[in-house]
Amino acid sequence: MATRAEITSGLAEILEEVAGVNPDDVAEEKSFTDDLDVDSLSMVEVVVAAEEKFGVKIPDNEVQNLKTVGDAVTYIEANH
Amino acid sequence: MTGSRIVAMGHYQPSRVVTNDDLAMTLDTNDAWIRDRVGIAERRIADHAESVADMATIAAEKALAASGIAATDIDLVVVATCSAIDRCPNVAAEVSHRLGILAPGAFDINTACSGFSYALGNADNAIRAGASRNALVIGAEKLSDVIDWSDRTTAILFGDAAGAAVLTATADDEEHGVGPVIWGSAPEKGEALTIAGWRPYIKQNGQSVFRWATTALAPFALEACRRAGVDPSELAAFVPHQANTRIIDAIVKKLGVGPDTIVVKDLVESGNTSAASVPLALSKLIERREVPSGAPVLLFGFGGGLTYAGQVIRCP
Repeated sequence: MATRAEITSGLAEILEEVAGVNPDDVAEEKSFTDDLDVDSLSMVEVVVAAEEKFGVKIPDNEVQNLKTVGDAVTYIEANH
Repeated sequence: MTGSRIVAMGHYQPSRVVTNDDLAMTLDTNDAWIRDRVGIAERRIADHAESVADMATIAAEKALAASGIAATDIDLVVVATCSAIDRCPNVAAEVSHRLGILAPGAFDINTACSGFSYALGNADNAIRAGASRNALVIGAEKLSDVIDWSDRTTAILFGDAAGAAVLTATADDEEHGVGPVIWGSAPEKGEALTIAGWRPYIKQNGQSVFRWATTALAPFALEACRRAGVDPSELAAFVPHQANTRIIDAIVKKLGVGPDTIVVKDLVESGNTSAASVPLALSKLIERREVPSGAPVLLFGFGGGLTYAGQVIRCP
């Protein structure tokens, strides 16, 4: 079972790879769109990569609820 | 066994250019946003009076002229379109009538953006089965008729165009120019992209379609190559449906095309023209003479339905 910190750092790796986000900028309170400049299509790529990395299913209708890194961490923690 | 090959192609785009800046005058959008998310810089939009059949006829006329095959020798006309307003007579019959094609098998196919590969597959199968010798295969769309011009999520994406191919039967000992078609659909995801209702407009869940296109399709494109006996690294060109450069890049990454494979991105100047996008881009590629005759080119369409289809062709 991954800890929240481990999930956050895994997401940071994905964000760097998919959207060129500096891993140092990634924290739970950060908004994907407003703080990290991840657009709606890059968000889909982040979600697809996160599904693979963490072995979770994140359905289309769930993606819009993942506003912050913390939202994603919570979802992954609860569903993986 | 008899097969078919593409002899020549033709295309048509309306003269009116609509840039991203033009759209930004009436919509809350801007050039940088559209280029970054979608990759489109401008699109061509038809005149009010110009119909799908008008555009299809011009493209077909050019293809016929370049093919050296007489209109009277065409015995099958297949038109892929999802935007023709008139239901009967169909576009194939209208084009046939205008070009003097006598008594052809004539039908339209609606699988939205994958339409051209479906139409080409059907025509190739008809020739293989002995039901046709020379066929005209057209993709034509006037999407401006089914766009809600106040919806910034869709109005920025589409354009009008037509592309046409003349197909002829190949002899038993000749190499076939149209490889086996791979076609399929994801009907359970149909709601993600619709042109529905009495006054239909294109509606799209962009994220759902993007996810499907970037994750599900590469294996089918690979299968089209495998069925044609061509390794993706050997492709002279890849002509995917022209919807979004980021979708194209994602498919290309998984496909493993060669360093010299030309990946066509005609959407930059044409937008997404649905069933017309692949024949339009292929016709322009042939016109530019960037691909040697006989070289393998992968066509792959995908979109509304959701549907997909593709095949490897030999460049005419």
